[in-house]
Amino acid sequence: MPTIYIDDQPYEVPEGDNVLQACLSAGLDLPYFCWHPAMGSVGACRQCALVQFRDEQDTQGRIVMGCMTPVAEGARFSMQGPDASEFRSKIIQSLMLNHPHDCPVCAEGGECHLQDMTVMVGHRKRSYRGRKNTHRNQYLGPLVHHEMNRCIACYRCTRYYNDYAGGTDLAAQGAHDHVYFGRQQDGVLESEFAGNLVEVCPTGVFTDKPLVNDYTRKWDLQSAPSVCVGCALGCNTSVGERYGKLKRIHNRYNTEVNNYFLCDRGRYGGNFVNDESRPLFAGLRNQQQRYDAIEQQQALDTLAEWCGTGRRVAAIGSPRASLESNYLLRRLVGVENFNSGMADHEAALLSQVHGLLASNGVVTPSLQQVEHADAVFILGEDVTNTAPRLALALRQSVRSKAFELAAELKIPVWQDEAVRVLAQQQRSPLHIVAMSDTRLDDVAASTAAHSPDDIARLGYAVAAALDNSLPAIEDLASDLQSRAQQIADDLRSASRPLVISGTASQSAAVIDAAAAIARALSQTDKMLSFCLPEANSLGVAMLADAQQPSFSELTRRSNNGEIDTLLVLENDLYRRAPQSSVEALLKNAGKVVVLDCVDTATMSCSALALPTASFAEAEGTLVSSEARAQRYYPAFLPAEQRQPAWQWLKQMGQQLQPARFDPLPHFDDITAACAADCPALSRIAEAGPNAGFRIRGLKVPRQPHRYSGRTAMLSNHNVHEPKQPVDEDTPLAFTMEGASGARPGALLPFVWAPGWNSNQSVHKFQSRVGGPVSGGTAGVRLIEPQQEVSHSVLPPQPVFTASDAVLWLLPLHRIFGSDELSARAPAVAELVSQPFIQLNTTSAHRLNLNEGDYAILSWADTRCEVQVQINDAIPDGCAGYGMDLPGAAWLPPDTHASITAADGGSDV
Amino acid sequence: MNIFSALASQFRTMWRILLHTFTRAETVQYPEQKPYLAPRYRGRIVLTLDPDGDERCVACNLCAAACPPDCIALQQGTREDGRWYPEFFRINFSRCIMCGLCEEACPTNAIQLIPDFEMCEYDRSSMVYEKEHLMIDGPGKYHDYNFYRVAGMEIEGKAKGEAQNEAPPIDVRSLLP
Repeated sequence: MPTIYIDDQPYEVPEGDNVLQACLSAGLDLPYFCWHPAMGSVGACRQCALVQFRDEQDTQGRIVMGCMTPVAEGARFSMQGPDASEFRSKIIQSLMLNHPHDCPVCAEGGECHLQDMTVMVGHRKRSYRGRKNTHRNQYLGPLVHHEMNRCIACYRCTRYYNDYAGGTDLAAQGAHDHVYFGRQQDGVLESEFAGNLVEVCPTGVFTDKPLVNDYTRKWDLQSAPSVCVGCALGCNTSVGERYGKLKRIHNRYNTEVNNYFLCDRGRYGGNFVNDESRPLFAGLRNQQQRYDAIEQQQALDTLAEWCGTGRRVAAIGSPRASLESNYLLRRLVGVENFNSGMADHEAALLSQVHGLLASNGVVTPSLQQVEHADAVFILGEDVTNTAPRLALALRQSVRSKAFELAAELKIPVWQDEAVRVLAQQQRSPLHIVAMSDTRLDDVAASTAAHSPDDIARLGYAVAAALDNSLPAIEDLASDLQSRAQQIADDLRSASRPLVISGTASQSAAVIDAAAAIARALSQTDKMLSFCLPEANSLGVAMLADAQQPSFSELTRRSNNGEIDTLLVLENDLYRRAPQSSVEALLKNAGKVVVLDCVDTATMSCSALALPTASFAEAEGTLVSSEARAQRYYPAFLPAEQRQPAWQWLKQMGQQLQPARFDPLPHFDDITAACAADCPALSRIAEAGPNAGFRIRGLKVPRQPHRYSGRTAMLSNHNVHEPKQPVDEDTPLAFTMEGASGARPGALLPFVWAPGWNSNQSVHKFQSRVGGPVSGGTAGVRLIEPQQEVSHSVLPPQPVFTASDAVLWLLPLHRIFGSDELSARAPAVAELVSQPFIQLNTTSAHRLNLNEGDYAILSWADTRCEVQVQINDAIPDGCAGYGMDLPGAAWLPPDTHASITAADGGSDV
Repeated sequence: MNIFSALASQFRTMWRILLHTFTRAETVQYPEQKPYLAPRYRGRIVLTLDPDGDERCVACNLCAAACPPDCIALQQGTREDGRWYPEFFRINFSRCIMCGLCEEACPTNAIQLIPDFEMCEYDRSSMVYEKEHLMIDGPGKYHDYNFYRVAGMEIEGKAKGEAQNEAPPIDVRSLLP
């Protein structure tokens, strides 16, 4: 580690860093704007200036930019000296010339990097007397608000949006002091990661639009560390609340998972928590089929009556509920009466994935490892829509080639522009074989769309090309054969190859083929990752027991009248199985009790509905697709009768089976019992600090120290302030008092440091800039690669032949709307597309359909009418469908439908 | 000797007390007799209107942040004309210490302290003032200041470039220097 001297003080700094990184890592406050730890340096803003001296004798020195100067042994700098300080204050002055005097009505105010830096250099008064430049704003969609007057032209937005996230519709326009950052014309930002502009922009040009219209300053938010429930990746988030409403979701730094960025589903989808249709009270269905609100105790008594001795009780868990809730439900009804809450085909896929992760001998990479992969092969997934944040990581992985080239020329990785110019269009190979076109096609070395059967065959062909002992795939078209060879060659010559598949294709063969490829690779750093459907899909798969009845078995029992009471936990069964079978299941079960945080079709069928707390109001453990168990904590107390599902189930258990439930008074006891009962989950207690965790004897506060309005916010109800709520289940407190400074990454409700009010203060919590949180990275990986055990490959798939009579319906996921919860957020709802069916031109022509026409789909006993989109990437003999077809949410795999044109059906 | 000095002290005290009989009484017969309060006396808090008669408060939350007893709570909203405003604005005067820091913090001169301190109530909850109790029908001490005439944010009736000291919006497609 070289030693550098800053203001004559020696600092040991990491090799290869630049001076700005070194200063920040050393705890020095050096102002900066354009540099970003994830995006490197370009030296655009000139703010991080220091004076560099030749040697000890040199007293004059020269101004250098900290972010563009590599550290070198014995290098001497002056940061506090008059030349450097004056230069920096003059830069701020020039950046502030046109700033529009609107901090009070700016949503960035109070967490603004520009404010922080202005205060840091001491600039107070605008001495320039000229007129201020102004700009017109643009409409950028329902998620991001644009206020161009506040821009300081640091270029972070375009560097993030274009270079990092691969967006094409935001650019710098104009020249000199006319420069403008926006779209060619008003319109919704196309990138699925546009919301990160809110955190990337150092001032208020891009702000969180849903928040702007119901705004709360950062210092007034009561926050808790949380985990995104939008998909299975388990990105770490920070949830902010005020007046009982979720106000915003921000990124929570986790170096191994989401790093500095979230996807828009994660950032904006959580607003479903504020949905007014969410149930508030326990409801008991009366004679008129309406619900009467009842007291909590009455609800528990009713449950005791319905689930008491002699009653045959069954329960359905949920892959979107926490492990603890699922476990308690299973404990309550017994393994032989508990189902994980997934349709048979989905449960089979997840148990297959769990088996492969546990025994395939291949690393399941964290997103950080994904970013460093140097050859990637994706089978059957449109990653941007099924596991969005993974797509952003893959965009970085194709730059591995650029970093290799840069290393040869000894260009440091943070020299962003130099590395990009050097690499030009050279990328590490990314091969995609999906069911349609994907949003990563622009950086892919090759793309193809096939039916799941053909994807699996191509996958096996790649495996066979890598490992001669595997059987060759016969009848493979010559172009597919050469493609398989090309993919195999690319994977073989990489040092960190990555194979990605998942459940989106609903095909066991595709998953098996991906695993076969990963096994066939010989590198030690090979990786295999699966995209899974829901936040806790892998968790419930790991909790599953062989004795558990399948969904169809439960349906059979119900239809035979063998279920007196059915408990359904946070699960809309209509999204799992065909409408008719769910209706039969719910009708034939004697009493249906539904616990859920949102009002669903299933809840409308219940005899007793219990309101549960959402992820923002409850604690729980989720297992991500990386098999990382992570804890989320409540940001605020649930309103009225809502309480965490595990609380309801615990109270139920205490009433019904006191001997088994009384030893579990607290959340940690439930986690421990779950870990003890399920060997695969034995380490989940390490997912986050337990309720007894203290820093210097103090809990971690949820409120910043400048939280306002404590004696007024509730005074309209009662002028006597209530006692602060006591939190017995977590190490967090509902106050502004408590431990500050370093803490574990799992306990970072918000980031703030003296002088650093913006999210840039996260570096004060890192062991070094861009490194892990100094108190430890959040979460615990439950599955580490085991010694490989022998696997039998599934029998080869038959060749898929397109039929004229029926088309194979393939699910096309969408980032907005495909999951159950996020579309209930109003801003996201604006972006959800209508149900659609996609056909290629050949099929459409044959069926006499055009773009925008309505088509009638019929399969089994279902018939529905949807709008047609033409997409030539859809494979022959197939049709892609968007979620929520009328009368059928997700369809079982291998659904083949006949399609006919609807006559004048545009009135549907 | 001690006895003499002690006696002298007693007589001096009695003489002094006797003299006070002839000085002017300081007691004020409040409430019949009102004391003089300077125009800038810090008493009850009001919310004022800008010279155009529109709400001055932009719900920036600085008053709440500055308040030592945390007795101000509000929620921002956005009006259809683009202006920020407080959806509710509540001051719990039973906690207020009349320090005036909220007035110092207010960037729009909306919140002002006035020379009125007579806020006695039998019921403490009557000391909780909502926005409709705080609003007065005028600009208070600052007659001319209008935040939106200075700030660059666009609102209905004031487009970009029309605020104080602002140039007209830049046409980014122009090739002129």
